[in-house]
Amino acid sequence: MKIHEYQAKAILARHGVPAPRGEVAFSAAEAGQIARKLGGGIVVVKAQIHAGGRGKGGGVKLARSPEEAEKLADTMIGMTLVTHQTGPDGRIVSRVLVEEGLQMTRELYLSIVLDRASGKPVMMASPAGGMDIEEVAAATPDKITKVYIEPGVGLMPFEARQLAFAIGLDGPQVNKAVKLMGALYDAFLASDASMIEVNPLVVTASGDLLALDAKMNFDDNALYRHPEIKDLRDLGEEDALEIEASKFSLNYIHLDGNIGCMVNGAGLAMATMDIIKLSGGEPANFLDVGGGANAEQIRNAFNILMSDKNVKAVLINIFGGILRCDVLAQGVVAAVKELGVRVPIVIRMEGTNVEEGKRLLKESGMNFTTADSMGEAANKVVQLAAKT
Amino acid sequence: MSVLIDKSTRLLVQGLTGREGTFHAKQAAAYGTTVVGGVTPGKGGTTHEGWPIFDTVRDAVREEGANASVIFVPPPFAADAVMESAEAGIAVIVCITEGIPTLDMMRAMTYLKSRPHVRLVGPNCPGVISAGRGKAGIIPGHICREGRIGIVSKSGTLTYEAIHQLTRLGLGQTTCIGIGGDPLIGTSHIDALKLFAADSETDAVIMIGEIGGSAEEEAAAWIKEHFKKPVVAFIAGQTAPPGRRMGHAGAIIAGGKGTAAEKMAALQAAGVHVVKSPADMGKAIKEMTGS
Repeated sequence: MKIHEYQAKAILARHGVPAPRGEVAFSAAEAGQIARKLGGGIVVVKAQIHAGGRGKGGGVKLARSPEEAEKLADTMIGMTLVTHQTGPDGRIVSRVLVEEGLQMTRELYLSIVLDRASGKPVMMASPAGGMDIEEVAAATPDKITKVYIEPGVGLMPFEARQLAFAIGLDGPQVNKAVKLMGALYDAFLASDASMIEVNPLVVTASGDLLALDAKMNFDDNALYRHPEIKDLRDLGEEDALEIEASKFSLNYIHLDGNIGCMVNGAGLAMATMDIIKLSGGEPANFLDVGGGANAEQIRNAFNILMSDKNVKAVLINIFGGILRCDVLAQGVVAAVKELGVRVPIVIRMEGTNVEEGKRLLKESGMNFTTADSMGEAANKVVQLAAKT
Repeated sequence: MSVLIDKSTRLLVQGLTGREGTFHAKQAAAYGTTVVGGVTPGKGGTTHEGWPIFDTVRDAVREEGANASVIFVPPPFAADAVMESAEAGIAVIVCITEGIPTLDMMRAMTYLKSRPHVRLVGPNCPGVISAGRGKAGIIPGHICREGRIGIVSKSGTLTYEAIHQLTRLGLGQTTCIGIGGDPLIGTSHIDALKLFAADSETDAVIMIGEIGGSAEEEAAAWIKEHFKKPVVAFIAGQTAPPGRRMGHAGAIIAGGKGTAAEKMAALQAAGVHVVKSPADMGKAIKEMTGS
């Protein structure tokens, strides 16, 4: 799960990672008030969306007075912000962060993420702050220093010092950095984060270290033990169909094609998308109905699939294993009848009682196409989608 | 021979008294696996479907000589269950549970590092089946056939697909290992390949990967240096959009890394026969082994 910058900064601040003073505003008037509360001087107005690259898209602006902050907030709130991370449709801005303007001398980079290969959290620092870290990694990999943290030990001061020296800090800043990095690691563990990125981490004119921007992602599997983080979910940032699907524990991701897919298992669902594309079609979605797919789940899944008006044909690929195909067939027939599904449906199923399942589909009198293999199913559904 | 599971396996089921645990314990027993009992803390001393239930894994090892365990306990308690089995000396631990918090698994993996004789498979995986010998997990026995092909896969139902294709072509399997699609897993592709390398009955291997991480690239490098048997590989997620988690917690293209294209290229360069279509896995093995 992702959260907004101002929310990430609040969580980090609780663990001891300092950030500039500021507050979130949902209206222009609020933005003006916050700017006045901050002293009436220069403030930065930052659009809050779950995507990076906001500055280039016009989502981060400097205001010299509370009146100007109000004006900027008025333009930003409600606007569609397009960045290289949002896709062409962009995101609608519903809130802005108003922060004190700062004199800074340096922009650095700091992050923590789990390294899969070593099974350890890795803290990364770079003197090239304010840039996309992927670009830094590609162009100047020597500018990134990493420390692999022993889970049973935690981040040791010497490791934090290694990072601090590597990004060119000296004097009293080193100890400030050690403290900040320790706080970052604490926040990572305590909130079950999957990633925290402070980019840039700035050195101010007065020599302080502050998180000028912050991004936090969380492990969805651990949200059950963090209700306060779960509450930060912003449905306005998510696809409406995906929200609906998540209510039924369906794993659904909306794509741009016209062939709806309904599959059990994440790997098989991806493989089904792949084979549709190889056969000349375009998948409309990724949809994993889960291992224990039953009649109810099939109905829910059809509901979601058919809400996407681009869908011209549906491919159902279920490898039942233990699930009985006759039960599956009954579920499909009932769902198609109840929901009045009109697009052609190709069904490929395997598992116990597959012959009985096929008989039920045939005798339903409905226009199902069956297939014996993934390849055959993909070819048939691509042809049907092209015809309609 | 087969790997991980064979006729000497004495399987313990952690979470036997739950619905899933009960169902799959019966399936495993019906497939010929020796299921020795279950562990459900607080229910020790009772029986369930004729099997003895123990409070701790230690008790089950002492009383029944359990040497393998399959875990069906809910996500908040699963990492604890893994560590309990490791501590009790269970050699093969298969964790089926999906949705375990990553930091819990990080702790469990750290715990396992000081116990190198313990092999964890999973979590979030369909488990292991040795055709005609036994199984620990949820892979349906009826689709398998005894033979000489090994399978290692990150995905559950895609493993069934591979087994099914082989069986239809008259090719059987030695052992099929579902290693799971989580970011942190006990048995990697390389670990599984090492087992198959040492197994005289396994002639060739199907390896199924997914987008995310770099395990497939690491496996490719290892295969190039060490693995002499034919390998057919398929990577799921060739059409997956970047930045989106495709069901499995580990299946995500992040920061331009972990794409199917990179993985396929690395495997091809290592001499692996990479199939673009998931429908071609069985056919490719048949062509390569000439059987």
